[in-house]
Amino acid sequence: MRRLYLLLGLLLAVLLLLPLVLDKYLLGIFVMIFYYAYLGQSWNVLTGYTGHISLGHALYVGIGAYVSTFLAQKFGLTPWLGMLAGGALAAVVALGLGYLGFRFGLRGVYFVILTISCAEIARLVVSHIDAVGSFSGIFLDFHPGFANFQFRGNVHYYYISLGFMVLGSLAVHLLARSRTGRLMVAIREDEQAALALGVDSFKYSMIAIAISAFMTSLAGTFYANYVFYLSPNSMFGMALSIDLILRPIIGGLGTVLGPIIGSFVLTPLSEVSRTYFAQSGLEGLHLVLYGVLAILVVLFMRQGILVYLARALRPWLKLEE
Amino acid sequence: MELLRVKDLGKHFGGLTAVDGLSFQLRPGEMLGLIGPNGAGKTTVFACLSGFLRPEQGEVLLEGQTLVGLAPNRICELGLARTFQIVRPFLNISVLDNVMVGALLREKSVARARALACEVLGFVGLGHLAQSPATGLPLPLRKRLELAKALATRPKVLLLDEVMAGLNPTEVDELIAFIRRINAQGVGILLIEHVMRGVMALASRVLVINYGQLIAQGTPQEVVGNQEVIEAYLGRGLKHA
Ligand SMILES: Nc1ncnc2c1ncn2[C@@H]1O[C@H](COP(=O)(O)OP(=O)(O)O)[C@@H](O)[C@H]1O
Ligand SMILES: [Mg+2]
Repeated sequence: MRRLYLLLGLLLAVLLLLPLVLDKYLLGIFVMIFYYAYLGQSWNVLTGYTGHISLGHALYVGIGAYVSTFLAQKFGLTPWLGMLAGGALAAVVALGLGYLGFRFGLRGVYFVILTISCAEIARLVVSHIDAVGSFSGIFLDFHPGFANFQFRGNVHYYYISLGFMVLGSLAVHLLARSRTGRLMVAIREDEQAALALGVDSFKYSMIAIAISAFMTSLAGTFYANYVFYLSPNSMFGMALSIDLILRPIIGGLGTVLGPIIGSFVLTPLSEVSRTYFAQSGLEGLHLVLYGVLAILVVLFMRQGILVYLARALRPWLKLEE
Repeated sequence: MELLRVKDLGKHFGGLTAVDGLSFQLRPGEMLGLIGPNGAGKTTVFACLSGFLRPEQGEVLLEGQTLVGLAPNRICELGLARTFQIVRPFLNISVLDNVMVGALLREKSVARARALACEVLGFVGLGHLAQSPATGLPLPLRKRLELAKALATRPKVLLLDEVMAGLNPTEVDELIAFIRRINAQGVGILLIEHVMRGVMALASRVLVINYGQLIAQGTPQEVVGNQEVIEAYLGRGLKHA
């Protein structure tokens, strides 16, 4: 185990130094790697660890992006605080959704449909609110500065998104080892058996969805201030909801390293192919590419890449220790 | 006072009466057998006591406190734990982590829960498999794991649903020894069992149900000689044989 931590520390040191050598375009790819790893990590809390499948997590990204941007434009509130307001609202909305789902026993596909519906409702509602730009969305003015969460070039975004990924992963790692995390896993494994051992599955499912939504929404604020444009479709849409679950699935569900590995594999592929295909007039083809990759992983590496990687590295890392 | 008191319990599934006006008591430190042919309603009785099914009729009192209407996790918290006839291990986590879920009910710190879980695993003879994934366990060991998980919640009353089914005689004897030791610690035990050797060895008193009704009770020796019980198991035709 000590060698694993050593390896991770070494990789982190390399990542910390990369901006010295990479250009803006490549840094941008790393920003997306970290961003999607963090999103996957956040979603993993609810689905990978607790077993409630959400296909509507764009809802929380959208809430984070819109709340912090609205508060910044209307009241001049720094997105660093607006982010927490967005997180709080996302958690409250998630608790409402969770109450409906967990109190009334919606499980499996019924819970999935609930999550999709809530995200779609939010997308339609936001599309009709003029104060946040309705259909056409919001363009953010560029006022670089730390307080505004806006920066020239990609170096700042690189370190902020790296911070999100590292701290988010650390938080999930600690959660997974805590009492709460262990009870969440029991619910995922067999909810009835967990109940029989005194686990309050309603309570811990609610905690899981609140944490997951809060974490997810922070990424929304980051994204808004990185791309300077939000629209109901891009922030609340189904495409994002699907996009953000692929990395943990490919990397390894319910593991801390899964979303990170998944993102390092999938995100560069997606970014490069997106640009490449768009240049050749084949926009959207990158989605087909990932679809194929996801199917291959599911067919041949059912538990995600991490398990195979761990097996290959086991002797060297002395994982048993 | 009784540890557990069941009064006039009734449960229907549509037109089928699965439990029909059943009453009994479990005294502190007692081991009570619950037997009856397949489909007699034994598992349904357990589900009603443990909160997984809500009986339409009757009362269940644990140390005087009513359990009907409470959620299963609350009932476990109050001190009544069950095992499942079809065992339900948490497959993708280790044997130790499985038992820790139960241990975390009373021990809020992970370290203390781990210590308790290790102790329980040692007790049921699974200590050497603590770090193995539960998926790898064969059925006899899964049955012990099922027992260990329930035991880790530190119950006052333990409901065991056919924990000996599918085991060979040696394994049955080992399990009998474990259950004796659990009982010796003061845990009241209600035992559903088809393996008669298990019931005979453990239960001081046996309830026999058929079609959800109590048809006989007494010591194991009394009950196996009872004509109605023989008929319930073997059918009426044999009377003339
Ligand atoms: N969930 C259920 N829905 C409908 N019928 C059930 C259900 N559970 C059990 N039963 C029926 O109730 C009767 C008692 O079943 P059960 O309690 O499992 O019997 P036993 O454990 O004594 O073999 C059986 O006829 C069974 O088919
Ligand atoms: Mg049964």
